[in-house]
Amino acid sequence: MSILIDKNTRVMTQGITGKTGAFHTRLCRDYANGKNCFVAGVNPSKAGENFEGIPIFGGVQEAKQRTGATVSVIYVPPPYAAAAIDEAVDAELDLVICITEGIPVRDMIATRYRMRGKKTLLVGPNCPGVITPDEIKIGIMPGHIHKKGRIGVVSRSGTLTYEAVGQLIEQGLGQSTAVGIGGDPVNGLKHVDVMRMFNDDPDTDAVIMVGEIGGEDEENCARWIKSNMKKPVVGFIAGVTAPPGKRMGHAGAIISGGKGTAAEKLAVMEECGIKVTRNPADMGRLLKSVL
Amino acid sequence: MNVHEYQGKEILRRFGVATPRGVPCFSVADADAAARELGGKVWVVKAQIHAGGRGKGGGVKVAKSLEEVHDYASAILGMTLVTHQTGPEGRVVHRLLVEEGADIRKELYVGMVVDRGTQRVTLIASSEGGMEIEEVAAHAPEKIYKAPIDPSAGLTDSQGDDIARKIGVPEASVPEACRFMQGLYRAFYECDASLAEINPLILTGDGRVLALDAKLNFDDNALFRHPDIVAMRDLDEEDAAEVEASKFDLSYISLSGNIGCLVNGAGLAMATMDVIKLFGAEPANFLDVGGGATTQKVTEAFKLMLKNPKVKGILVNIFGGIMRCDTIAEGVIAAAREVKLGVPLVVRMKGTNEELGRKMLKDSGLPIISADNMADAAQKIVAAVAGK
Repeated sequence: MSILIDKNTRVMTQGITGKTGAFHTRLCRDYANGKNCFVAGVNPSKAGENFEGIPIFGGVQEAKQRTGATVSVIYVPPPYAAAAIDEAVDAELDLVICITEGIPVRDMIATRYRMRGKKTLLVGPNCPGVITPDEIKIGIMPGHIHKKGRIGVVSRSGTLTYEAVGQLIEQGLGQSTAVGIGGDPVNGLKHVDVMRMFNDDPDTDAVIMVGEIGGEDEENCARWIKSNMKKPVVGFIAGVTAPPGKRMGHAGAIISGGKGTAAEKLAVMEECGIKVTRNPADMGRLLKSVL
Repeated sequence: MNVHEYQGKEILRRFGVATPRGVPCFSVADADAAARELGGKVWVVKAQIHAGGRGKGGGVKVAKSLEEVHDYASAILGMTLVTHQTGPEGRVVHRLLVEEGADIRKELYVGMVVDRGTQRVTLIASSEGGMEIEEVAAHAPEKIYKAPIDPSAGLTDSQGDDIARKIGVPEASVPEACRFMQGLYRAFYECDASLAEINPLILTGDGRVLALDAKLNFDDNALFRHPDIVAMRDLDEEDAAEVEASKFDLSYISLSGNIGCLVNGAGLAMATMDVIKLFGAEPANFLDVGGGATTQKVTEAFKLMLKNPKVKGILVNIFGGIMRCDTIAEGVIAAAREVKLGVPLVVRMKGTNEELGRKMLKDSGLPIISADNMADAAQKIVAAVAGK
């Protein structure tokens, strides 16, 4: 088992013919069971064509009906990406993973408002995607650094997720699923949502939670962990040295009005019984120590 | 992106938000003419910089004659204004706003932000105008009122009226205050703002509601649909290195330490800064070269870091995933040669073709120190800079 996706997941790529979409769909198809998983592409102007054998449809609804795909991954450019999410939500897909970075916040507010009461889950935007090692990868993460195992990883950052995974491997620990929830201020699944899933997953034994400055997601997750989590969780928060009021690369990584500092997050996490490290090179070792 | 107060007010007026009459000025002669044009007996001469606390720093003066306008404009234009938001080096004033004086009966606060929890724009209001809202939040949180705004309905009349009454707007002015806040929301929404602050919002002796100050920030991701706002960008107000970096699609932020760092990915870049600090030194910058770090991009990144005279060493931390470590090594070697690197350089590379990358660095003959992991890298660069 795993969370969100596994080798039986069927995926469509929205924006399959763009440079990024084509490049990463190819890598995802070539990873583990990807050849069976990546069954459709969507591009209204190229319906009826195919991408290296993967059929392209004019819309999400049609792609779903014709191929049985229930998950989509989005590489559509920022001005059109929120509309692409809306289309996937309207087609009642189970899960949408939006890789696109740079979507205007106003668009995401409208999209999240439309998603109320709908069944579709959203991961991202501005995220590396989701991987269940040796089964399926959906997104832009390097597949080969991962290994199947029993540790869950959830993070707002891409390369810092890879860093955590790399350190787990050095400790001889594989991953059940690694989820990059993205660096935008208005997004889909939060740390706490993913943590709930890991808690319920019989094949996850412990979780690494990687956060960064901005917002209160990590604090909310920590409080939930304190009263609900049955498995050990270790954490790291990036941005102890980040100056207030500056966006640190990610649109959501900003300390505003004195809120969202790394120190505050680390303090709440510790209060809630989560082992945290201030040394980003120490995440894997710390996780191993709590098993 | 930020704009000046006078530009923010210009935008707000388009949405029916009332402000005092005013004229932006770039010279003392402009200010003289502006005061004559505005008429009246009292004027306010306001320094225009992208930082708060201008009044306390001596950048806002009330003039009671045309001579005083002239004198204040002469004093403020060209001055280096130091406020709690500019840092000790301050900011040189290049622009002024000369406004008609206002008859202030009451000072209030109204702001808007995107609340990440509710995923909505939220109106924040307080009876305590003129103070920083963070200060009010710390000392009198009960005086702050919030109203999340439904994206389909906008700020409703009942919400606007309710908030206006709560912050002490007299009944006769409630409808006008409500329209003011609704106009502010329309401006926020239509212009893709990320922050709006009217501090203070004033009630005048004759019951009018005016924005005495205006701070607007805009969502960088949405600037593509607002060329008019992009045209308001004032590069004098931005860090020169950050402006330079944006030309090469590098995400760079100047910091005060002496160890430059070059990293791929924003989260890893922050973590790299943190680990430098953890081992006793301070980072000189945040620098994310992004996913597709080409040799040219890495070279530009090196040049950028080395323009900062404080930089005494550089730490490169790359997690090569899709990007291969040999490509990164090639970029680092080319960059180090081109800039004739004179400070210690520690490189930590992890991921695809890691061994090959390291060998290339070693064979280059350049004095590059290799590191196994982030902590090792940080310790090595901190030691090298300390001359150990």
